[in-house]
Amino acid sequence: MSELKFRDPAMARELAHTLERMMVEIGRPVSVMHVCGSHEQAIAKFGLRSLFPKDLTVIMGPGCPVCVTDVPEVDEGVVLARMGVRIATYGDMLKVPGTVQSLADAQADGAKIDVIYSPSQVVELARSTDEEIVFFATGFETTAVATAAIVTNNPPKNLSVLSAHKYIPPVMEIVSEMPESRVEGFLAAGHAATITGSAVFEPFAERHKVPVVVAGFEPLDILAGVVELVKLIRDRQHIVVNMFPRCVSREGNLPAQEQLWRVFRPIGGRWRGIAHVPNGNLRFRDEFAHVDARRRFDIDVKSLWDFAPPQLANQCICGDIMAGIRNPNDCKLFNKECVPENPVGACMVSNEGTCKIWHLYGGVPDLSDIEVAS
Amino acid sequence: MCLGVPGRIVEIRDSMATVDFWGVRRDVCLDIIDEPVVVGDYILNHVGFAIRRIPPESIAETLALYETLMAEDEGDFMAADVRGEIEAAAKAVKS
Repeated sequence: MSELKFRDPAMARELAHTLERMMVEIGRPVSVMHVCGSHEQAIAKFGLRSLFPKDLTVIMGPGCPVCVTDVPEVDEGVVLARMGVRIATYGDMLKVPGTVQSLADAQADGAKIDVIYSPSQVVELARSTDEEIVFFATGFETTAVATAAIVTNNPPKNLSVLSAHKYIPPVMEIVSEMPESRVEGFLAAGHAATITGSAVFEPFAERHKVPVVVAGFEPLDILAGVVELVKLIRDRQHIVVNMFPRCVSREGNLPAQEQLWRVFRPIGGRWRGIAHVPNGNLRFRDEFAHVDARRRFDIDVKSLWDFAPPQLANQCICGDIMAGIRNPNDCKLFNKECVPENPVGACMVSNEGTCKIWHLYGGVPDLSDIEVAS
Repeated sequence: MCLGVPGRIVEIRDSMATVDFWGVRRDVCLDIIDEPVVVGDYILNHVGFAIRRIPPESIAETLALYETLMAEDEGDFMAADVRGEIEAAAKAVKS
């Protein structure tokens, strides 16, 4: 039954026709952006771009938390690991390139790295040993709230956190201001908005005159979200529409937000390859200095820079891809020197990275093979 | 990484709950849930933390959606994400 409901080809075609009609009414090319790895997975896997009108470009923006973790942040983790500190982090982080080494490289040189799925496991790990444990914590607000929860719950003394957490709403401002990107509307990610609520996008939509639609991550949810977004663009309505009320409320999860902002403060910082994002990084407030790995350890990132950085990395265009200015097919390294087994850029590392998703599913289907119903 | 997974609470001890995900029982922390929960409620789990109580009227639809997702093969990224999320709570279980 669920097949019919969520993957109904007739409904998909109907939505595609609606899109086509509205694009004719608009009468010029339109670009919209989503900021969610799960959205891109569904778009690429189900070939949704073959259903979109030619004039409509749907771009994946900076929606992969692993990918936007900046090079110096990875360097901090690598330096700590090389100092002999035991690092716990999410599996996706291991191959993300730093200036000269990834955590996986450091591990190959003998550093102790534990892969965890949940911050609760980091607490258990720290309780099981006297060693210093640093949790290299990455991810957007959805994941940052879990980090906040462990540090407010009497964490073991030998546990500290290297926060590379990022906050999505500010980067949307940055991307929408980039003259090259010409993004006229945003599809916001369902589960990140579960925490922040859809209201967090209201001032943004107003200020930048771009509509925002919160959408689920099934193919039809995404199509319906794009249809709504294009309708708002056509009607010049710069508002937020929540099409995922099953999961997202207007206010969001208030206790989680309270916890998040009690522990973290937003500060400006670079997102890998994209730009400096004001208020885009989450760092510990002074009350939580005791768990902040940056204050517990003297992390000398410069000690790494005696090595020459890998040459190929200079040719990586991950930043432009995440800013929506170029796509993986524009990259000389894509599927050649840069593949998931041996990634040059961060977008090829994570399952949520645009390049890795396009590597598996392809990004823009070859329309000559596909019969689009008319 | 931002995909949550639904499960049903079968037991609550302080701020931890035992949650059933399609027959697999895991421990999930309730510290940051949006509203109070009782045994029998469904929650959305993300990295071992419940981030939302699923309203009763949305449970059937939510479960159907995930069942569609999990029917995908091993290599599917979203199915892998769902399995990873269930795994996220796995190691915390005490026997």
